[in-house]
Amino acid sequence: MNLFRTLTEKQIWEAGIDKWRIEVLFGGEVMGEVALLEINGLRTSIEDTHILHGINLKIMPGEIHAVMGRNGSGKSTTANVLMGHPDYEVTDGTIYLDGKDLLEMEAHERARSGIFLSFQYPQAVPGLQVGNFLRRSVAAVRGEEAAKGAEFRSTLKEGMDRLGLDRSFLSRYVNDGFSGGEKKRFEILQMMLLKPRLAILDETDSGLDIDGIRTVAEGIDAAIRGTTSGALIITHYNRILEHVKPDYVHVLIDGRIVKSGGPELASELEERGYDWVEGDAE
Amino acid sequence: MTDEARAAVGDYKVGWHDPENATIRFDFGLSEQVVRDISALKNEPEWMTEIRVKAFHHFEKRPMPTWGNMHLLEEIDFDKVCYYLRSSDATEKNWEDVPEDIRNTFDRLGIPEAEQKWLSGVTAQYESEAVYHSIREDLEEQGVIFLDMDSGLREYEGIVKEYFGSVVPYSDNKFSALNTAVWSGGSFIYVPSGVHVEMPVQAYFRINAKNMGQFERTLIIADEGSSIHYVEGCTAPTYSTDSLHSAVVELIALPGAHIRYSTVQNWSNNVYNLVTKRGIAHDNATIEWVDGNIGSKLTMKYPAVILKGEGAHAEVISVAYSGEGQHQDAGAKIHHLASNTTSKILSKSISKDGGRGSYRGMVTVSPKAENCKVNVVCDALLLDEESRSDTYPTMEVGNSGARCEHEASVSKVSDDQLFYLMSRGHTEEEALALIVNGFFEPFTRELPMEYAVELNQLMALEMEGSIG
Repeated sequence: MNLFRTLTEKQIWEAGIDKWRIEVLFGGEVMGEVALLEINGLRTSIEDTHILHGINLKIMPGEIHAVMGRNGSGKSTTANVLMGHPDYEVTDGTIYLDGKDLLEMEAHERARSGIFLSFQYPQAVPGLQVGNFLRRSVAAVRGEEAAKGAEFRSTLKEGMDRLGLDRSFLSRYVNDGFSGGEKKRFEILQMMLLKPRLAILDETDSGLDIDGIRTVAEGIDAAIRGTTSGALIITHYNRILEHVKPDYVHVLIDGRIVKSGGPELASELEERGYDWVEGDAE
Repeated sequence: MTDEARAAVGDYKVGWHDPENATIRFDFGLSEQVVRDISALKNEPEWMTEIRVKAFHHFEKRPMPTWGNMHLLEEIDFDKVCYYLRSSDATEKNWEDVPEDIRNTFDRLGIPEAEQKWLSGVTAQYESEAVYHSIREDLEEQGVIFLDMDSGLREYEGIVKEYFGSVVPYSDNKFSALNTAVWSGGSFIYVPSGVHVEMPVQAYFRINAKNMGQFERTLIIADEGSSIHYVEGCTAPTYSTDSLHSAVVELIALPGAHIRYSTVQNWSNNVYNLVTKRGIAHDNATIEWVDGNIGSKLTMKYPAVILKGEGAHAEVISVAYSGEGQHQDAGAKIHHLASNTTSKILSKSISKDGGRGSYRGMVTVSPKAENCKVNVVCDALLLDEESRSDTYPTMEVGNSGARCEHEASVSKVSDDQLFYLMSRGHTEEEALALIVNGFFEPFTRELPMEYAVELNQLMALEMEGSIG
């Protein structure tokens, strides 16, 4: 079981080993695909305040999940903990990405393993030019070669066109003086270039108008749909989910996932409010 | 190389040094006789010998400055400094003719490669004499004179006599007096009127010998309507005893001329860097100082511009980085003597591991100077709690029509900023270097590309091991 877990799908494929044979070799039970993300019993605290009280979540390759909840329910904490923010202490539980133990890794190692976080509040770095930052980040995450080739340039151009960012954007400083909408578009542009295994989008729809949401949603669709990557969309509202149809929706209340379902759950929440789930949960 | 020196070099991240192959070397310490000997050895005209001697006597009488870092200044032992040392007899023009060990030193500074791309002329200061000097043919054809200062004095005595000490007289301060007494090397440049030197002209300076004071003297004259960009880069290996670097740079921008003087200075952190840099801008002339101070134990440097002619403009863009045990006391001085003159000062400092960065600035507007504009911005970035930043701005505005702006800010690197960059695959050290280099960017972008790259690499090197 453990041995299987430490191998990624890619590694198995590259080794030329038939998945069926592995299943036979290791235990004989039908284990299916390795989960893209698997969270078990995750508990965290920040400055002695407990926030998550045992989260379980499994995302398979190619799936888009949404986590919905009110402010203070632990949504952003989940995002930050997955990315490895040093302020959050994991007190219990496990997180595996492609079978790799994320809790063993620092934030930059998680990024290199394929985690991407679109921040709710992206940080400004005055003096660091967008173009330079993108190239360096692609080099750091995907290797020097990926940052040099024609593919980098064409993905960049395509992404900027899709997001409605013009060339001059590349010489601006990272998030410095950006409007709310520009910050969110820039996060999506980074996602397109970094080609993550798992994109976590923390309140990417907040502060965006309808056109902005549609543009960003198309960006997410283009980067994730039809690939073996996955996405975890963290949101308060249903709006963005009307454009990016999630495969699964989870409702987070007080640090616990209290209800999971298909995309219809998002619309139901929109209609009936979080109180409905809360009552349901008890 | 002595064991002691070798051990010290090991401490310095980009340090190395060649055996001291000096052919002529004076004993430590200074006297009137040493000053006369230096002048005699160079076969200088009588007037220069006399200036040196006067300057020496002024130096002896003049007390230490009573501001800046007095504690560190008092530690300088002038008797332990060697005031003249020549490592190569002739001034070379071809790279191939430069002695091999000296060439190795410059190889490691990347000069030959740099030359291909950017140099229009090189004068590299090796200890006290310029040993390598080349001028591109088109520069010569344009009538531009670019020599080491000693050759300049021999070949263009008239021009040197007219301008030497006209901007920075020996009596200006203790260290300008010392420099005038014992100066050796430096650059002499004359740009004829109307000539625009398109490529930056560069010189590299290094201190190599133990206890070697370096006292170069640079004089740049841009005649009417001409322009030049001069670039100076410095780096020095570490020695176990302190080194003294005390240069004087004088710029003269005649009407309509434009001089930009860029420096990236990375003295090892036992060097005293006490430099007087000043320019005079005549009618509608522009002088810009782009000044980066990365190393040294103590730097006291305040590039100055005297706006003497109407419509003249001055800019001083400086950055300072202070690490453990370092104090960068840097800033700018601008004197608005004429009407419609404008000036801009941008000062950025980073302090780390208990380092100290001070901005010390002075701007004066004379009562008869109408309609002047002054803009001063000072930003400091502190990388930890132990480090320190001070600002000492002085403005003396004698004309009520002047428009003066002053902004100052102190910031710290936040954990959220680091986390954001780390989430994009950068290690914590890389993230810090990105933030630091970003902070310096308004300075870096003013530099020729290779210097910008060198500076960013140096800062990345400085950030190594800074994450506890």
